[in-house]
Amino acid sequence: MWRSRVWLTRHAAARCECDPHAPPLRGSLPPKGAKFPWGGPAGIFGPCAVVFCDQLQTMNLITFLIQCLNALQYGLLLFLVASGLTLIFGIMGVINLAHGSFYMIGAYMAFGLAPLVAGTLGGGFFATLLIGVVLAVLLGYVLEWAFFSFLYEREHLQQVLMTYGLILVFEECRSLLVGDDVHGVTPPDFLAGSLPLGDMMTYPVYRLFISGVCLALALAMYFVFSRTRLGMMIRAGSTNREMVQSLGIDIKFLYRVVFAAGVAIAVLAGMVAAPVSSVYPGMGNSVLIVCFVVVVIGGIGSIRGALLASLLIGLVDTFGKVLLPQAAGVLVYVLMALILLWKPDGLFKAG
Amino acid sequence: MNQFRYLFVFLVFAGLAVFPFFSGQYGVDLATKIMVMALFALSLELLVGGTGLVCFGHAAFFGIGAYATVLLSPSDGPGSVLWLLVASVLAAALYALVVGALSLRTKGVYFIMVTLAFAQMAYYVVHDTPLGGGTDGIYLLMKPVLGDVLDLDKANALYGFTLACLAASFGFLALLGRSRFGRALAGIRVNEQRMRATGFSTYPYKLAAFVISGAMAGLAGFLFAVKDGTVNPELISWHLSGEVLIMIILGGIGHLRGALIGAFAFALLQEFFKSEVVFGEFAKHWHLGLGLTIIASVALLPRGLVGVPAQIRERLLGVSSAKGGDDESV
Repeated sequence: MWRSRVWLTRHAAARCECDPHAPPLRGSLPPKGAKFPWGGPAGIFGPCAVVFCDQLQTMNLITFLIQCLNALQYGLLLFLVASGLTLIFGIMGVINLAHGSFYMIGAYMAFGLAPLVAGTLGGGFFATLLIGVVLAVLLGYVLEWAFFSFLYEREHLQQVLMTYGLILVFEECRSLLVGDDVHGVTPPDFLAGSLPLGDMMTYPVYRLFISGVCLALALAMYFVFSRTRLGMMIRAGSTNREMVQSLGIDIKFLYRVVFAAGVAIAVLAGMVAAPVSSVYPGMGNSVLIVCFVVVVIGGIGSIRGALLASLLIGLVDTFGKVLLPQAAGVLVYVLMALILLWKPDGLFKAG
Repeated sequence: MNQFRYLFVFLVFAGLAVFPFFSGQYGVDLATKIMVMALFALSLELLVGGTGLVCFGHAAFFGIGAYATVLLSPSDGPGSVLWLLVASVLAAALYALVVGALSLRTKGVYFIMVTLAFAQMAYYVVHDTPLGGGTDGIYLLMKPVLGDVLDLDKANALYGFTLACLAASFGFLALLGRSRFGRALAGIRVNEQRMRATGFSTYPYKLAAFVISGAMAGLAGFLFAVKDGTVNPELISWHLSGEVLIMIILGGIGHLRGALIGAFAFALLQEFFKSEVVFGEFAKHWHLGLGLTIIASVALLPRGLVGVPAQIRERLLGVSSAKGGDDESV
């Protein structure tokens, strides 16, 4: 391992001396790996400083652009899942470990609903999305009523226990209904192509579509929060629960709406992500922890913070996998630890 | 009420002491495993129930204890119990000192996540470097011995040793809870602001509790490594941190015996739902039964399993017993 790393360094350095504009080595084009949930590319260089600098030089503009787009798409997708989590967390005070399961449910909906919708309504990608979101709102509404409505008075840890139980139940129901195989989901035809970037690289349209959907939703959320009466109530609720209640706002209904919305956004994220991430058991758990990281970095209850934090994480994770693959997994946590030691309440503290 | 509590704990330990005489090999193995987890849960209970610090990276100390045991064992013969035990406990305590010193700057959920972050760092160190042997982990070839007195390769000897460690730790934590130090921790749990106003510098107290707790988790890790004879990165993963947290919540936070009860209940429930004798083909979906049981227990038992007798009493007599105060430490 070490030997090959030294060789790469020397080799690359020699090449740079001869001709700085030489096309990048074949090896430095990162292979598209299926190992990462969102197809993040895996590099081959080791974590030593010389290689790090060298890699930055040889990474040409197109590759860099592609990595940026990947980072943006990953970050925005994370934001979708994390925004629901931070809302539920900040407003209702519920530590919802089952939030990753909603993402998983969404992905499986994209897999399972598409044939059903095709059979009854004659298909349609957006029809599937719409039905999935409606089902998700219903699911969130019922879940809040059945499992959470009596927990607000209890300690946080009781909610943790409850949501842990829910994770187990969701995972096992998934196993009973769909089985434990990994499934692929095909994107719709009109989004299946690739855009050419430069001479030899292409970028899949569907990934751009994901970013577009996430951006649209982020804007919609911003509008709802800052411009509507509901958003006002939600913001007020996250600042001072008792005060909102004493002003005559039905806090129970508000909670139910927030929870249902959070579930729906997570499910939508899962459905949209399914074609690039494929659908596999335990996919919710890996997302869950990263989303908690996003939530605490951004500051609990802060949508703005969640957006910034998820973009940051997307950037660090994507480029970490290219530039420092050996340490890629840990980078996110190092980032979180550093930020929280610097700002113990996250970047934007809400309420 | 007080006497019953001590009687209960005494009966549990007495029952565990005579258990190997009535049970087969499988029972002894299972009980050893559960006792190790109970010791691990006890160590976390000192933080969560005793000090009010929810640590979501406790598996790091457990795993470091286990890895230290395996890495420091000599390859040409059995290591010494004494030296390996001290070394693994110290390794875990040292990491706890570093993690605690940094993460105690934060509070609440942020503290939960920072401890998770440090555990994940330890996870990636053993997972991605040659030191930890990657995903497969490392094997402990020769189990440690203590002269001719104790050979931990024998299941019954390991059982006895684990029970002794568990009982000693329980006694230590019970005494700690009654000491001035333990009272200060309880004060920090209830109202840290007020403790500071009374003139306590709370940071060293919390740090000390964190290190003690980490060291105890390291002890559990040592026992686990010796019992299994192998370590892998799963011992540091957040799943294990979550599981042990679930155990003490299930048992009932704020009581040492809650950690014991929770660990036993969780492990036995797992075994029950996994058993093919009861569920046949459906046993492979054991998560479902476990999850539903956990949900039901949250809905029906607001004070955890520890609170069940009090709940029954209230139901029968129609009186509400006094809220558990500081005396409820055992």
